[in-house]
Amino acid sequence: MAIWLTMFFAGLITFGIRLSFIELLGKIELPPPLRRALRFVPPAVLTAIIFPELLLHEESLNISLGNPRLLAGLLAGLVAWRTKNAVLTILVGMAALYLLQTLIH
Amino acid sequence: MTTASQTTPRREFIYGIRAELPILIGVVPFGMIYGVLAIGAGLPPLAAQAMSAIVFAGSAQILATGLYAAGAPGVVIVLTTGVVNLRHALYSASIAPYTRRLSLAWKGLLAYLLTDEAYAVTITHYHAGGTDAEAIQYKHWFFLGAGLALWSAWQASTAVGILLGALIPSSWSLDFTLALTFIALVVPNIKDWAGLLAALAAGGMAVLAAGLPYKLGLVVASLVGILIGMLVEGGRWRSG
Repeated sequence: MAIWLTMFFAGLITFGIRLSFIELLGKIELPPPLRRALRFVPPAVLTAIIFPELLLHEESLNISLGNPRLLAGLLAGLVAWRTKNAVLTILVGMAALYLLQTLIH
Repeated sequence: MTTASQTTPRREFIYGIRAELPILIGVVPFGMIYGVLAIGAGLPPLAAQAMSAIVFAGSAQILATGLYAAGAPGVVIVLTTGVVNLRHALYSASIAPYTRRLSLAWKGLLAYLLTDEAYAVTITHYHAGGTDAEAIQYKHWFFLGAGLALWSAWQASTAVGILLGALIPSSWSLDFTLALTFIALVVPNIKDWAGLLAALAAGGMAVLAAGLPYKLGLVVASLVGILIGMLVEGGRWRSG
């Protein structure tokens, strides 16, 4: 049930933001420091999810060539950087993961 | 309101759909990825589909899915969704001069459909004519056409993704596609040192703080990353 409540409020806040200025027409403006902070939100939040996925295995740090998720993630990062293609990044990353899991086990 | 211009609501509506079509090529795989991820993250299929209708914001949905998979509390998911969608306030502000004559029902409907993709084609269409009453007379129908085209494609591609996600066994490590999707979103958008250091600081902090209860490490790490980014950008902190 909690998931439905969460979705309802997530939808409500999204709708509220989209309606904000359409309804209020320029009466309020975002303060400049908040506007500067906004652009760092996606890289910070997303990377905070990515790093533990790649580096932590059962709550312990694994930075080694024996960690397939780390190597596959680094390769995917390289593909994303060079091609800017999301679908290709995911395909290469998954292929690398399968290959490395087979090699390491 | 007579035959002053050649456009009609019907014609504007169809123009809107047509303008949106090329963008759908990029949206459909994204919707499918979301559907697959949502199932991989353990969301019930009905909830995964409903989120596409209730929230209707791709990046925020994928992020919410990631937070859900990480066990984050609902409050954190709602607030993060809000922050990720704050850019829509800027779209709302730039559309507002063109929609002020519309009824509240129209404003509500168009606000619901105000996504990155619908905004992009609609604001271009509005800018082409100016803000006087005759120029914008029927252009909200263009907005509606573009918005509904995107909405339909998003719902349908989500459904396909959910079906695919349910067919794929968990031994295929499907959960890893979430990290890969985020890598695909983050890496191409890092364009300067401030962005890079914000990401690295947040990532490093997330690993260090992974043991905090209620997944608060995620929040702490994000705030540290944002702060580092702002400090580097402001030039108040420099390393050699």
